Amino acid sequence: MNKPVRRIAIFCGLLVLALLLRDNWLQYVSADELRTHEKNRRVLIERYAQERGDIIVDGKPVTGSERTTGSDFAYKRTYKNGEMWSPVTGFASQSFGATQIESLEDEILTGNDDRLFFRRTLDMITGKKQGGGNVVTTLNADAQRAAFQGLGSKKGAVAAIDPSTGAILALASTPSYDPSKFAGNGKADSEAWQRLEKNPDKPTLNRALRETYPPGSTFKVVTAAAALEHGLYDDPDEKTESPLPWTMPDTQTELKNEGDIPCRNATLRDALRVSCNTVFGKIGSDLGKDKMLETSQKFGFNKEQFIPVRSSASIFPKDMDKPQTALSSIGQFETATTPLQMAMVASAVANDGTLMEPYMIDQLQAPNLDVIEKHDPKVMSEPLSKPNAQKLQEMMETVVQQGTGTAAQLPNATVGGKTGTAQHGVDNSEKPYAWFISYAKNPSGGAPVAVAVVVEDSDADRGDISGGGLAAPIAKNVMKAVIDSEK
Amino acid sequence: MSSTTHTSTIGAIGAPSRRNTELALLVFAVAIPCFAYANVGLAMTGEMPTGMLGYGLGLGLLAAVGHLVVRKFAPYADPLLLPLATLLNGLGLVVIWRLDQSQRLQQRAENLFGSFSPDAPKQLMFSAVGIALFVAVLILLKDHRILQRYTYISMAVALVLLILPMFFPAVNGAKIWISLGPFSIQPGEFAKIIIAIFFSGYLMVKRDALALASRRFMGIYLPRGRDLGPIITIWAMSLLILVFETDLGTSLLFFGMFVVMLYVATERTSWIVFGLLMSAVGAVGVATFESHVQQRVDAWLHPFSDTVMQQSDQVAQSLMAFGSGGVLGTGLGQGNSDLIGFAANSDFILATFGEELGLAGMMAFLLIYGLIVERGVRTALAARDPFGKLLAVGLSGAFAIQVFVVCGGVMGLIPLTGMTLPFVAQGGSSVIANWALIAILIRISDTARRPAPAPAPNPDAEMTQVVRP
Repeated sequence: MNKPVRRIAIFCGLLVLALLLRDNWLQYVSADELRTHEKNRRVLIERYAQERGDIIVDGKPVTGSERTTGSDFAYKRTYKNGEMWSPVTGFASQSFGATQIESLEDEILTGNDDRLFFRRTLDMITGKKQGGGNVVTTLNADAQRAAFQGLGSKKGAVAAIDPSTGAILALASTPSYDPSKFAGNGKADSEAWQRLEKNPDKPTLNRALRETYPPGSTFKVVTAAAALEHGLYDDPDEKTESPLPWTMPDTQTELKNEGDIPCRNATLRDALRVSCNTVFGKIGSDLGKDKMLETSQKFGFNKEQFIPVRSSASIFPKDMDKPQTALSSIGQFETATTPLQMAMVASAVANDGTLMEPYMIDQLQAPNLDVIEKHDPKVMSEPLSKPNAQKLQEMMETVVQQGTGTAAQLPNATVGGKTGTAQHGVDNSEKPYAWFISYAKNPSGGAPVAVAVVVEDSDADRGDISGGGLAAPIAKNVMKAVIDSEK
Repeated sequence: MSSTTHTSTIGAIGAPSRRNTELALLVFAVAIPCFAYANVGLAMTGEMPTGMLGYGLGLGLLAAVGHLVVRKFAPYADPLLLPLATLLNGLGLVVIWRLDQSQRLQQRAENLFGSFSPDAPKQLMFSAVGIALFVAVLILLKDHRILQRYTYISMAVALVLLILPMFFPAVNGAKIWISLGPFSIQPGEFAKIIIAIFFSGYLMVKRDALALASRRFMGIYLPRGRDLGPIITIWAMSLLILVFETDLGTSLLFFGMFVVMLYVATERTSWIVFGLLMSAVGAVGVATFESHVQQRVDAWLHPFSDTVMQQSDQVAQSLMAFGSGGVLGTGLGQGNSDLIGFAANSDFILATFGEELGLAGMMAFLLIYGLIVERGVRTALAARDPFGKLLAVGLSGAFAIQVFVVCGGVMGLIPLTGMTLPFVAQGGSSVIANWALIAILIRISDTARRPAPAPAPNPDAEMTQVVRP
């Protein structure tokens, strides 16, 4: 009977082997997947097990942590001036997940990042509690405050970029929300969350990154860049071939200007200054959709941006007939952009034609403030050459000095900008969006800031002036805050 | 002259009894759980647990009693079985105590039953009863062959034990309990041993008929129709258990044990083929109409799907506990395996080991079970009588299958069954019955390794010596 007993021994060995293999599968091969599984509560428990690292602006944290009791979470996230900063930080809530920086850099903030492994092991041996690392942002507190206060009770968004690096200086969205209100897991937190979810104004929507608006006349800057870059016109002061009235190709429809403005054969400079639809519509149609598409995509259109928070792709339509191309070239038809995208357009012009990759996280710090990762500014593209960029700068500066954008003038800096009023809704029935994009240059050279402002459903007139009247002052204050903080 | 010396040498020295090896191993088997206990206390509250002394002494006392009884009544027994079982029992107690400290489980108990009562003291008491039964078996059962006399009585008792739970209400979806006043007993655990005795006695008598009377067909021996009787009866029994008691584990255990023993008794591979075919047919057949089995299979295939998690998230929680433990584990007392909630310290106790001791600890843990099974099979090999061989291999095989079915279920390798992990899971029946199982294996191994009685002096040798000068 010993032979079958030996075989049974082997069989039992195989059973144990199967268990060992399965265990290796669970605890080694798929361990990470199970550890970070969306239904694994440990992810949340860990996130709040120790004081969470902070998100830092201008050397000061805009977040905090406080001790809680009554659940398996040890700490709760707190926010300083949460409404102002939530478009930057996102939120980390015990009950409702995390977004934006709080979610993307969760590993650093909780101290679980692989790059902290050595330190963590050392802490474990010395018996120190695990701490969270910090996320240092590029934002400028004064600029953010100017943007947030400028928007006030209006709906809208502001994005400001340092053109030479791509660093994001301000990112405001209103109406906003205070993430402290629902950071915990109590009843009050749920109610606050429910209220936010039901609010028709969608306060949790980050309008600066995730909402695409028709850009209106501000898009004419892109069309002007395309005209220069593709050699349609070389000199801002050269007369363009622009009949008035102008009938769009293949149609009987005349493209209208806002009011009786001098647009017949206007120079590029004048056309931009008074914002001629006919001139830029015809430029777009003359260039054709492929060239317009090429230039707009170099500015970043039709692509999501990751700063590292995701920003929606701005749209310049790919399939268009000629009249649609003309309309798209003045920021109508299906053209739609995020405020961030328009800030990128202004920043590329201000930076002599070089577009830098936008980013808002400068450094990741270990709990002891050692730098574990630092962002190096990267060139994203070159939408226009340096001479052309400088021509476009002159044109935009004319807009602010003598055109629709005079409200953005600053005493100690040269400002270039472009207004826009985008109509929307069926038959333009809804209140228009007021736009302003601009940059400011120091007299000593170098442009420290480019900004895009959009104000929704303002009590704007339908005139082009509204962008200059409503959005430009906000842009002006943001630019002023950046320039003042440089001193 | 030389031949006399030779024979007397064997008689005088004999096989080493290995009792001191056992004692040394037992020291570790008691010390390791004590360290683990201290570890849990330090990790969870930052200080040495207050029950440390009582607990260490309790486990040490149980181990000492076990050892002394083995030394006296089974001096040649296998030296590994008692220490391994003690180690498992000790670690089980530690983890049950650790889960008693869990705020989450205390809260859960208060919400559901109005009060929370710790399980570790009860489990320590059950372990003491288990050791008592262990001692009783060793003292009363002088020779395992005595059990052979009770072959058919065992059958009757086993049947009663298996059928009884049908008349008691189902607990958590399975009818595997009988409740007597404040106590509830899982008779399946005891039936496991008793039915092994029946199978051994029965197969020892019938093995020749089952092995020899057969026809050869396509390279395998087909048994005669009437010899199929017993296997079909057992098969039907297991299916009945599955259907009426909705207990997949017990059903699988009994059928598996029978096939193993039938194969060992007859040395005919064809029985294994038959056994596998029949269990496949039975399992698929029952699964087509038993919603309880279907649920288990669903939970096994899609543990994270929303429909399954609404019914019970135990399997998913268990898998996440294992995954979160990773290679080295979180350390005792620092995991969140209590998220499993219901049955965290009984059916799912392995998940706590997995999360807190990690892959490294789990491998060691599974190998301890492997070692117990291996010592049991080795006992079967060494046993000199067929009854002992069959009993030892049957008990070890059942132990191995039980470990596989429980661990496999908790780790998502096979569908979950309601069985307990021997020695470790909270529950009295399991720990008591398994101590009896170890006692029987120790008894068989003692008989097997005991030196043969010294042969009578050879009268012929004496004669020649007398005559020679």
